[in-house]
Amino acid sequence: MRYAIPLLVLAVLLGFFAVGLNRDPRLLPSPLIGKTAPSFELPVLALSTAQAADAAPARLGNAAFAGKPFLVNFFASWCAGCQVEHPYLMTLARQGAVTLVGIDYKDADADVRQWLAARGNPYAPILVDLDGRAGIDFGVYGVPETFLVSADGRVLHKHVGALTPEAFEKDFKPLLGAGS
Amino acid sequence: MSRLLLAALLAGVLLGAQAQVTVARPDIPLSTEQEARLAELLPDLRCLVCQNESLAESRAPLALDLKYEVRGLVASGRSAPEIKQYLVDRYGDFVLFRPPFDARTWLLWLGPFALVLLALGVLLRQIRGSRRAVAAAPPKPVDDAALKKLLDE
Repeated sequence: MRYAIPLLVLAVLLGFFAVGLNRDPRLLPSPLIGKTAPSFELPVLALSTAQAADAAPARLGNAAFAGKPFLVNFFASWCAGCQVEHPYLMTLARQGAVTLVGIDYKDADADVRQWLAARGNPYAPILVDLDGRAGIDFGVYGVPETFLVSADGRVLHKHVGALTPEAFEKDFKPLLGAGS
Repeated sequence: MSRLLLAALLAGVLLGAQAQVTVARPDIPLSTEQEARLAELLPDLRCLVCQNESLAESRAPLALDLKYEVRGLVASGRSAPEIKQYLVDRYGDFVLFRPPFDARTWLLWLGPFALVLLALGVLLRQIRGSRRAVAAAPPKPVDDAALKKLLDE
């Protein structure tokens, strides 16, 4: 009985530690969830040098994707996590369940063309965020990051780090039908 | 020779793999007063990549981008609270080293004071309790013979 209160305090502390120490301090909650997606308007990546030498690149913004849910995937050829998730993005693209918009973050066009040529291109369009401004608007702090945007243009979920099948099934899939 | 070539190739691949593009950006000139406001603001903002550094200290690419962004906002005449809100809208409260006082953070701000008050209360009760115990128990009558014996020893 003498030790009841100290033991109780210890138990509460251990409970806090058990929860707190198992969290990843690098994962930050996004303030964008539930809000209208940041507006962007970015040049489309030319997939070949010949195409690049052609006319000025088209630009695409939010409006181009409205009406259907889509994934926004910030990636770069210099990013290791992007290599890890790439095969799964290819699978997702084959399944065709959702439009995959790639935003090439602070990357040289030539580098990413080479990267895609070697691995395949899972993205519907790839937009180029050369100076990282769109990244700032989306609150990107470490590529790869993947956002689910609903048909009515709201951010439903954000995943930081390489996208895994488990994360997609658990966090993205149930939301695909929402907001249409 | 082929080894050298291989090494050069590998170096190229490795270097190429790390190349995050940095875009040359125009300098944003600030007045001395704006420069001072910027210097005051940056230490309060967290670098999201190296989480225990402020934007003022950090050299991470994202921190440099954000510093440039904030510089632009200062130049456009936005106030410090407006600039902080701009960053919080994108990155959340975590970008501030001093979290705001609101429904989610009141426990964080008030918790330590509540604990100190609780501890003081417990301490006071114990002190009072022991005093009362002392007051309540009348001193035992002194056995003169035993005392004398004890002193003589």
